[in-house]
Amino acid sequence: MSVRVLEALKAKFGDAVLETHSDFGDDTAVVTPGKWKEICRFLRDDPSMAFDMSVDLCGVDYPDRDPRFEVVLHLYSVGKRHRLRLKSRVGDAEGDGAEIDTVADIWIGVNWYERETYDLMGISFKGHPDLRRILMYPEFEGHPLRKDYPANKTQPLVPYRTEEEAGLTLEKQAPFGADEGMPFGRRAWGSDRGES
Amino acid sequence: MEPIDLDLDENELELPSEPMHLNMGPSHPAMHGTVRIVLELSGETIVKSDVQIGYLHRGFEKMCERGTWTQVFPYVDRLNYVSPMLNNVGYALAVEKLCDIQVPDRCQWYRMILGELARISDHLTCNGAMAMELGAFTPFLWYIKAREMVWDILEEETGARLTHSFGRIGGMASPPTPALKEMCREAIPAILKIVEEGEGMLLKNRIFIDRLENIGKITGPEAIALSWTGPCLRSTGVAYDVRKAHPYLKYDEVDFDVPVGTRGDNMDRFLVRLGELRQSCKIILQCCERMADDGPVNVDDPRVILPPKEDVYTTIEATIQHFKLVMEGAKVPKGEVYSYTEGGNGELGFYLVSDGTGTPHRVRIRPPCFPITQGLSDLINGAMLSDIVPTFGSLNMIGGECDH
Repeated sequence: MSVRVLEALKAKFGDAVLETHSDFGDDTAVVTPGKWKEICRFLRDDPSMAFDMSVDLCGVDYPDRDPRFEVVLHLYSVGKRHRLRLKSRVGDAEGDGAEIDTVADIWIGVNWYERETYDLMGISFKGHPDLRRILMYPEFEGHPLRKDYPANKTQPLVPYRTEEEAGLTLEKQAPFGADEGMPFGRRAWGSDRGES
Repeated sequence: MEPIDLDLDENELELPSEPMHLNMGPSHPAMHGTVRIVLELSGETIVKSDVQIGYLHRGFEKMCERGTWTQVFPYVDRLNYVSPMLNNVGYALAVEKLCDIQVPDRCQWYRMILGELARISDHLTCNGAMAMELGAFTPFLWYIKAREMVWDILEEETGARLTHSFGRIGGMASPPTPALKEMCREAIPAILKIVEEGEGMLLKNRIFIDRLENIGKITGPEAIALSWTGPCLRSTGVAYDVRKAHPYLKYDEVDFDVPVGTRGDNMDRFLVRLGELRQSCKIILQCCERMADDGPVNVDDPRVILPPKEDVYTTIEATIQHFKLVMEGAKVPKGEVYSYTEGGNGELGFYLVSDGTGTPHRVRIRPPCFPITQGLSDLINGAMLSDIVPTFGSLNMIGGECDH
């Protein structure tokens, strides 16, 4: 981690850098979402920054804050061996309008991370080439890593249908009823058939 | 009788040439890990591919937000289930960074020994499975035999073969057994011998070499842009190893090399793993020399470490402390931290956000497999269908880690 990076960021972008800190030795800069892409491009291309590897990108949900979400990007420079955490805050208290520019065209490795953040946290990335769900299935509703998504909620892959909707009656569901499992234990076959 | 094809036009004989769609996976006999690859084929050449993951998604990050910080350990075991001890150590180091705790020297050496044993198991499994998928079943069995020796040691130490749950915040679940050093010194020459024998079978085999060399090539800058780390990045010639670049534990005090490749193809990835395995053996032997036979393993900090059992049963203070640590969890200071270690497949990062309570606000894992699997599509586009199997094998995608 390098404090010089933070100094250079503040000197170049001024007000766009909202706050910086180096808690626990991790240099962190919080920037406005409007300048997100420009700052990322600067960090990669400037020879004194040379952040050529995007280590990680994720979202964090702070339900009490406004803006509610933080997009957290961890960068590393293989040549210079310094690291930076870049954050930006998006979305209102309801979780709407969580949108930020994609940086998948700056580091191609971010592509799946952005898909994952969209999938699990519901932050969409403007201009992303292929913003689909990645870990959950396409029919899944909601974004599971949001704090207001119940941890024990279940979702069927196919929407739940009652028997009438599905055109089924109980008799047709052989060999046992809707809520019955297979009986445990050995069945006395002979008594069923009326034999001794 | 005249020939049948007498009046056939040459052009009419051509086969239809529109691309064919093929689904590989999610469960494929020649691939380890549950992944689905949707392929667009022209003949046997791959035109386009779409790698789809998520079949092993278990909501790891969501589960972590429900329990205490210590209760995350069993979950991290199940991320990379081939080298769970490395995940344990990585997560423990992350929480300790947040708590500003430095574990005693003996524990650091102990963690290194166990971690490197896990790395040996990881690389043996990857290389063995890759050979098996190419039809070489014997080396696989031999490598699994060697892995069994590693697991025997880990079982002796932790009580479990696969999911140890052995790490703790500020130490380990129990101190090293008296037989640890002896077991390591006995097992390592045997493992190296088996590795050498397996290597001799594979690296002189024309079929094996032909299917690996110059297949799945990637250059260093491309791999960096894809966020690759670990053996896959080092096979391209970029010598980035977290243990060397940003040493943690006692890695700056041991002597080891970072094997690198030159071409970045499947063969290089195979050889880099074999080289790393030998380095791990070297590290373990050095750790055995340096680790003290007695002394504390757990940090002396009642905020995170459970009191001794005899005190819990005899004094009220220890009972209360035990109760609070188990029920409420260790209070981790407010803040956020990113801690990274060298896992089996590369940089294993944990980004932790704490709100000052005993439950994590956010546990984000940076799985090394995730970006590596992302790069699979680039590697196989333009290659032949049969190249998928060795390429996928050499990337060592671990479903539990990649899909969280």
